[in-house]
Amino acid sequence: MLLFAVLVPPLIGALAFAYPGNVRRPLFLVVGALAHAAALVSFWVREPAPALDGLLALDPLGKVTLSTTSALFLACAVYAQGYLRRRDERDNRVFVSGLLVLLGAMTAVALAQHFGLLWVAIELTTLASAPLIYFNHNARSLEAAWKYLLICSVGIGLALLGTFLLALSGSGPDGPRSLFLPDLLAAGPSLSKPWVRAAFVFLLVGYGTKMGLAPLHTWKPDAYGEAPGLLGALLSGGLTNFAFLSIARTFQVCRAAGEDLFARQTLIGLGLVSMAVAAVFMIGQRDLKRMLAYSSVEQMGVLVLGIGLGGVAAKGAMFQSMNNGLVKGVLFLAVGNIHRTFGSRLSGEVHGAMRRLPISGALFLAGFLAITGSPPFSPFYSELAIASGALSSGHWWVAGLYLLFLLVIFVAMGATVLAVVQGDPEGTVEVPGTRDSLLTAAPPLVLLLVVLALGLYLPASLDDLFARAATLVSGS
Amino acid sequence: MHLTPTTASRWADLAFILVVVIDFYCLGSARLNAAIRAVAAQGVLLSGLAILFAEPDQPIGHVIALPLIALLVKGVAIPRLLFRAMREAGPRQEDRPVVGFVPSLLLGAIGVALAFAFARSLPLPSPERHGSLVPTALATAWTGLLLVISRTKASTQVLGFLVFENGVFLIGLLLSGVMPLMVEAGLLLDLVAAVFVMGIVMFHINREFSSIDTEKLTALKD
Repeated sequence: MLLFAVLVPPLIGALAFAYPGNVRRPLFLVVGALAHAAALVSFWVREPAPALDGLLALDPLGKVTLSTTSALFLACAVYAQGYLRRRDERDNRVFVSGLLVLLGAMTAVALAQHFGLLWVAIELTTLASAPLIYFNHNARSLEAAWKYLLICSVGIGLALLGTFLLALSGSGPDGPRSLFLPDLLAAGPSLSKPWVRAAFVFLLVGYGTKMGLAPLHTWKPDAYGEAPGLLGALLSGGLTNFAFLSIARTFQVCRAAGEDLFARQTLIGLGLVSMAVAAVFMIGQRDLKRMLAYSSVEQMGVLVLGIGLGGVAAKGAMFQSMNNGLVKGVLFLAVGNIHRTFGSRLSGEVHGAMRRLPISGALFLAGFLAITGSPPFSPFYSELAIASGALSSGHWWVAGLYLLFLLVIFVAMGATVLAVVQGDPEGTVEVPGTRDSLLTAAPPLVLLLVVLALGLYLPASLDDLFARAATLVSGS
Repeated sequence: MHLTPTTASRWADLAFILVVVIDFYCLGSARLNAAIRAVAAQGVLLSGLAILFAEPDQPIGHVIALPLIALLVKGVAIPRLLFRAMREAGPRQEDRPVVGFVPSLLLGAIGVALAFAFARSLPLPSPERHGSLVPTALATAWTGLLLVISRTKASTQVLGFLVFENGVFLIGLLLSGVMPLMVEAGLLLDLVAAVFVMGIVMFHINREFSSIDTEKLTALKD
């Protein structure tokens, strides 16, 4: 069953690549998304058995990330039906099949129990997503794709170096001589400490580049800015969570090897730096998609900060990774709709979005309130959990800075968002035939309703899953 | 494989020195054609080193396969791809680096010194065989990063990425007894794929801007 979830999306992607019709091809996305979602539902009903001699297995951490991404991908697949119909002048062969390969590669990342396989799968996600950024085939999207490919490839190269160093940490006469996660965790203190430390640094920098932690985030505003909204949603809400998962796996090994404090301090520091950088660049940001990219940098900072703090905050980080995934879907899809109608994504040239696009405009506003942690949406609870985790573990300074950055980001992002949704659309460009339709407005609306529902009532099974994932990554 | 340990390590030391010399050559060279040839030569050296460092008790297929793949990919396939990209871009490409040649050579030298200092603090599985491997690998990876950051031509950046990967590959040689062939082959395959995609993008940059100069890619910034 695990193998099914990894292999079926790329196979459907191959079929989509072979299929000749440009109009019907996007339907393959829905088929792939439904197959993947069906596999995920079966994982919730019954624990799947490990596959390929333990190379693939589902643990609580993988389950959190995969459930989020499966839901997000399904919403994006439905949205793509409306979006790609409006972009019929473009050949969508590479786009559709690339998205499905990306889904398969992300699933492999979540299930991989071997650091070599994890690395290969992460590399595959980069290769599958780089051509998609170039969907619009103009100079700006080419520049974004080139930066993404080069920076992420170097980052992934560093991660490979880190993987080798990790293998060396266990290559002594009594070491595990293996890159299997369970073997490394079992060997724990017998791993060579200098190698583990070096491995942690390289893996953190490598996968941190992929995740977009500051100061390794420079590709992010360009890539998210130029990519279609639908791809931005999948990259910022889906793919980054898998890079986060890779860092969490490294952290697990580091803790088992007795390098707990060193790793925690590094994660907390990097998390705060990311939030600070995001706050600075969000002030006065006029480009809506770039603003969302900096919001993603901030959220990645929140996640690593959470697992670095541990305890309640780690559980909050697991919840937050799901919330961020879903809300990023709402925001990018809504901004995509606004961008297409107004023919611009600069705040000066777009105003009155709420009047022209009542649903997308309202969703953009609600998504902004959700991502910045306003009740009753679910991110409020997860961000609160991280703050209370920092306070209860005596990290006063960390808690203070965390709340300060959240406040700055709320104000900065709010100024831009309000300027866009409020006012009169008089005097702005309107591209004909691009008003909200069922296929482009319903998917983000459903995602937002899920976020609202999770805020009002968190099912016990999910709460328990977050707790188990947090214990797995960050200890109890 | 009937080299005595001392002869083998003498050859290995010679190869390490040549690898570092090529690092410096790439940093100091303005002519792309020459730099591509140098990186191809570095790939050939690495495949030789892969034979020297193969564990004697490994199955023969493993001892032969990895160096052979490395030779074909690093020494033949990728240089040809790059030469093709160069031909499409027009005659005689010369690089105008962001960081000058002399400063980048100096930075390279500092990298080598730091690599030796850092490597001393890491305990090796078998120090008598792998003495200069870790510093050479780290110095090469550093050189690659320098090239990626400081050069403006897309093809030099790809070249820098290859030098960087060569450094990572060298570290991988430490593991020839620990890691199964599957992983190693998978890693090389990914490298090919990465460069292949980069090559495609390079052709597009070329068509879009009539040159492969990434200095023109400056529309996106804050």
